[in-house]
Amino acid sequence: MIPAPFEYARPSSLEEAIGLLAERGEEAKLLAGGHSLLPLMKLRLATPALLVDIGRLEELCYVRDEGDVVAVGALTTHDTASRHELLRQKIPVFSAVAGQIGDPQVRHRGTVGGSVAHGDAASDLPAVLLALGGSVVAVGPDGRREIPADQFHLGFLETALAEDEVLLELRLPVPAHPAYGFEKLTKRAQDWAIVGAVAVRREEGAGLGLINMASVPLRAAAVEEALAAGAPPAEAAERADEGTEPAGDLNASPEFRRHLARVLTRRALEKAFA
Amino acid sequence: MSLELEITLNGKKVAAEVEERTLLVHFIRDVAGLKGTNIGCDTTSCGACTVLLDGRSVKSCTLLAAQAEGRQVTTIEGLSPEAGDGSDPAASERMHPVQRAFHENHGLQCGYCTPGMVLAIASLIDEAEPGTLDEEAIRLGLEGNLCRCTGYHNIVAAALAAARQTGAARR
Repeated sequence: MIPAPFEYARPSSLEEAIGLLAERGEEAKLLAGGHSLLPLMKLRLATPALLVDIGRLEELCYVRDEGDVVAVGALTTHDTASRHELLRQKIPVFSAVAGQIGDPQVRHRGTVGGSVAHGDAASDLPAVLLALGGSVVAVGPDGRREIPADQFHLGFLETALAEDEVLLELRLPVPAHPAYGFEKLTKRAQDWAIVGAVAVRREEGAGLGLINMASVPLRAAAVEEALAAGAPPAEAAERADEGTEPAGDLNASPEFRRHLARVLTRRALEKAFA
Repeated sequence: MSLELEITLNGKKVAAEVEERTLLVHFIRDVAGLKGTNIGCDTTSCGACTVLLDGRSVKSCTLLAAQAEGRQVTTIEGLSPEAGDGSDPAASERMHPVQRAFHENHGLQCGYCTPGMVLAIASLIDEAEPGTLDEEAIRLGLEGNLCRCTGYHNIVAAALAAARQTGAARR
């Protein structure tokens, strides 16, 4: 399978990339690792007229310690994130989940910014970002802005990024306690989660992110509230499917996904509080 | 429309004018004429097209050739060029440790997945902290490489043998 024809540009700076996006509007697409976009282009589900390859912009490759936040540059690969000493120490949930995405070859190419900007509800990292209560920084012709993770995903593969904005970095708050729980159910190795749950400890209670329980990555707000109000984890987990709208497909009916959300949330909480 | 690309393929510079949409695997097979890299699923799943990009395993069906421009790509033909084509037993002594381990452990049946398996394992061993690779880590590390003969047992045995030889295996 070969993508439809396109023009290819490899800008040498972020500024130049933003300029190209501003000039070409919706016919341009950013290419980072290409592990979400190229498969769509090979299936002709995406046919951008211009690919703006930012994959070599060193200015987007960093992991920075800012005290109570770790800033991760958008072009950091899953592989780098999974092995990074600072992330492993301060936010082990992020490096552990990054290390379980796809397979080693995918992790060598796939980037954390690309994964979040793609906005797939079945991806793992957006749920981690939600559980941590993190944010993303976008940069465009008018400068930078910070977008909280729970306002970033707007609909199916749709995010708050404007056409002329580039996702610059993920901002990950250092959790109150390093313990976490990450549970995903797959039928085969390397598959996307049928359903997944990420639990991160907070000062009181926990942050909960759900994978594949709606058209967007979701926070399990009802579980978070129950925990903050003092409910034991097993009781709080019973509310994991509140406010979700899971789809039905060959892998699972909506009812089964709701069941999985409750079970996997309970298991994730048990691990986080073990 | 087209692009002028130069990629260092197995240590040799290969320059060509190609369409922007040319995938790395097509550059390797059709432009450079190296047929050791196979196309299996063409959807980033099976790993038959695995090559090394600057020493790290990647699936060449999911990279544009343009993304590899100016970089080092190693295919199965380039992993141990000094070992020859198998006709000279003395030269065969110089096979890469992973190739030797596949030979000694009968790590292949039909052979279609083998180039990708060998390169994926070479990368896995190269990246591992010394003394850490065990059977479970190898099986997880080969998640992205399918063998439809289901010959995994000997493939994993070969990977473990190579890891022991290079010091990557858990002691």
